[in-house]
Amino acid sequence: MVMVILAILIWCAGWWVNSRLANSVAADTRAVKLAVPIIFGIVVLIVWELLVRGLEVSLVILPAPSLIVTRFAASLPILWQDFQQTILKGALSGYLIGCTAALLMAIAVDRSDFLRRGLLPVGNFVAALPIVGTAPILVMWFGFDWQSKAAVVVVMVFFPVLVNTVAGLRETSAMQRDLMQTYAASYWQSFFKLRLPAALPFIFNGLKISTTLALVGAIVAEFFGSPTVGMGFRISTSVGQLALDMVWAEILVAALAGSAFYGVMALFEKTLTFWHPSQRG
Amino acid sequence: MKTAIAVLTVLAVMAAIWYAACVPMNIKGVLDGAERAGVEITPATARERREMSALGLVADNSFAISEVWSQDRPRLPAPHQVAVELWQTTVEKRITSKRSLIYHGQVTLSATLLGFVIGTGLGILLAVGIVHSRVMDMSVMPWAIVSQTIPIIALAPMIIVVLYSIGVQGILPKAIISAYLSFFPVVVGMVKGLRSPDQMQLDLLKTYGASTGQGFWKLRFPASMPYLFASLKIGIAASLIGAIVGELPTGAVAGLGARLLAGSYYGQTVQIWSALFAAAILAAVLVALLGLIERRVLKRMGVQA
Repeated sequence: MVMVILAILIWCAGWWVNSRLANSVAADTRAVKLAVPIIFGIVVLIVWELLVRGLEVSLVILPAPSLIVTRFAASLPILWQDFQQTILKGALSGYLIGCTAALLMAIAVDRSDFLRRGLLPVGNFVAALPIVGTAPILVMWFGFDWQSKAAVVVVMVFFPVLVNTVAGLRETSAMQRDLMQTYAASYWQSFFKLRLPAALPFIFNGLKISTTLALVGAIVAEFFGSPTVGMGFRISTSVGQLALDMVWAEILVAALAGSAFYGVMALFEKTLTFWHPSQRG
Repeated sequence: MKTAIAVLTVLAVMAAIWYAACVPMNIKGVLDGAERAGVEITPATARERREMSALGLVADNSFAISEVWSQDRPRLPAPHQVAVELWQTTVEKRITSKRSLIYHGQVTLSATLLGFVIGTGLGILLAVGIVHSRVMDMSVMPWAIVSQTIPIIALAPMIIVVLYSIGVQGILPKAIISAYLSFFPVVVGMVKGLRSPDQMQLDLLKTYGASTGQGFWKLRFPASMPYLFASLKIGIAASLIGAIVGELPTGAVAGLGARLLAGSYYGQTVQIWSALFAAAILAAVLVALLGLIERRVLKRMGVQA
């Protein structure tokens, strides 16, 4: 009971501190902008810990954060193996193949008006479908190992990147394209000097959306069969053994990997599209 | 008209590639079957054939090509096989039958819709909170964005087991996963939409002496509609994925995800493909329906001419 009251008190205290910070004069400084979400996150973790212990929630239902961290630290080798199998081999290789294929396809689509008219509506349509359902088929074709996961990822990231890139390559105005023509620029000159740079914000939008899709594809594909290693495999077997602290540890890995992956893409975007209005200031 | 021709051409080319791909994909299975039936085949044993490339087999046994599109359990079913299976499992089966795709589809659809309604409702509420409270904006919004980078599907099996252990089962666990997936697109879109009226418009309302509530209902809420519908279309597709994935880890017996899983266990490829197409059609119908509602609502509000 003490812990529950403590949890409520800490929640109120955290909220009070945050509202003071958010409504103070210094609210627009970088430090406060960082501090407020961090305080919120820490308060949520503490309240979670106190409530689980105070209400004696069974470990099976919701493990306390401290237990998850302990489990995380204790099973680093296993988590590292799973990380290698699912993220490095499955998600990353699939992501590279899928995005490269989509970019090349987008250039082909952009060169031909007929393809753009025909393929783009189809691509838009396919991008909204539950492509993750192709996982059982691809696992059947490419076997249980990481190749089939990479194949699922290729299929999942292909259309978002394609659709965004094609939209981006159309981004330049007719005036700009005409100007390149008056310079007697060849297709590839105007492509690399004008249209590709103009398309970059769109391309990165597609690439950033695809980071999450890649992880989802690799993890879900493992539900349909996998070697005895991998994050999806570990999650489904740990759930079967009711080892939920292990599941949370895997989720922590997935969260860290997903955020890092997204962060890397955002960093690339920032260095390559520093000139774009959305990146200034 | 030009677009229609182009789209149809692309679709026809895709179908042609599909039919062509069936030949190398299925040839080994066809030849194995033909061997058992006593037909003479060029490399006589299955072991020899395993060494050979699929195209080489096709060249040596061109008589078998006609069979590749009508196998029982092909590696890659031909389009018409999938179409026939779809027809048989939707129109020709009673909808209460366990083999009817309509039955499985409605199991998934009900979870999708329930989750979508919950997710959208909570998302709009949170967005309203974020727009009106600076504290919520600063503390919750960054976490909402971070959570987008997390493969939330990873949570699905755990949510289902946890809810099962406290006695909740059936449609609700799947709906919660769906809700979770449709929640964040709605929050992000709605926050953007509620903030879309510019300072001039907000100032005008202030000069009228409008209260915060009036400002919300008369200005912010109507202005957010286009953003809301854009998010809803993303959200409902995500909801459907959530419901399908939610059926996987528990070995559910009903639903499109269960159909995929069962097909994958028993090697019933035609069943997997038809379930996949059913899911795709369902997603397309849901998105199209939202598009229709969007057009009518926006027209009544005078957004579009």
